Amino acid sequence: MNRRLIPPYVWTGGRTRPTRNVLDRLTVLRAAVETIPADVSPAEQRVLEILGDGALPLAEVAAHLSLPVSFVKVLASDLVDQGLLIVRAPAALILDEQPDTQLLERVIRGLRALQ
Amino acid sequence: MVSAPSSRGIHLRNPDQELVKVIVSGPFGVGKTTIIRTLSEIPPLKTEEVMTATGAVVDHLHGVRDKTTTTVGLDYGRISLGDDLALCLFGTPGQKRFHALWQDLTRGALGALILADTRRIADSYEVMGMIEEQGIKYAVALNEFPDSPAYPEDDLRQALDLSPDTPLVACDARDRTTSLNALLALAEHLLNLPAMEQS
Repeated sequence: MNRRLIPPYVWTGGRTRPTRNVLDRLTVLRAAVETIPADVSPAEQRVLEILGDGALPLAEVAAHLSLPVSFVKVLASDLVDQGLLIVRAPAALILDEQPDTQLLERVIRGLRALQ
Repeated sequence: MVSAPSSRGIHLRNPDQELVKVIVSGPFGVGKTTIIRTLSEIPPLKTEEVMTATGAVVDHLHGVRDKTTTTVGLDYGRISLGDDLALCLFGTPGQKRFHALWQDLTRGALGALILADTRRIADSYEVMGMIEEQGIKYAVALNEFPDSPAYPEDDLRQALDLSPDTPLVACDARDRTTSLNALLALAEHLLNLPAMEQS
């Protein structure tokens, strides 16, 4: 496993807060560049490497790298600031309201199709 | 029918796939890990969440240097419903000491599937208490073990203090069909809820 050997606050250069508060566990991350620049931090490099040319939710990036979710929020936020990462909010986040009927119908159809 | 997995294995089938959060909770040892493993199309993952000693969730890295923080590993799995939609399953401990984590994790969730074990119903009281307090919509799935006693449904509903419209289904967390049925029972329940219900 990719166990970290140094504490997260070292990797983030001592910064503790993401510059963006919109990042959620299910925010979808994609690399904005095809080639990883040489000057990114090792942790940022690992985020971009695991993404490759695909997309992953933030929680999965954290799990693959065996890093706390809160730490990956900081890394992702930094990568966005550097123009190296594209983020997309979970489109179906349900907040303080009844879930959308259409979404539920899609979920039900999808589950039935798997049976 | 099984759809073709992503060529890269771990990535989303399509970068625009909508992700929907579903909570899987229940007492320790009830089968959360098993059902997530059964349902997930990706190898199940463990997400690390940082908590303080008092149970608060650390959503940034303040306090990470503080030795009173602890890391909790949560089971996670993902199941695609076609190419445009996926359910992301977050295994969430059902004990009261994880109350803050519960609050944080359940934010934005579609609903929760609560697993219960009829051999030790009393272990479910804590999670049932928390879910009522949160107001998150849920269904209960009895994970059946070979030696599970069969109780009449009414007795189980009473023991779990379920309202008459809350789904109570049986499943085998190792079995994909009955586990999918449990998720379906939850989704159908959510669809059938009165639109303005504020329970």
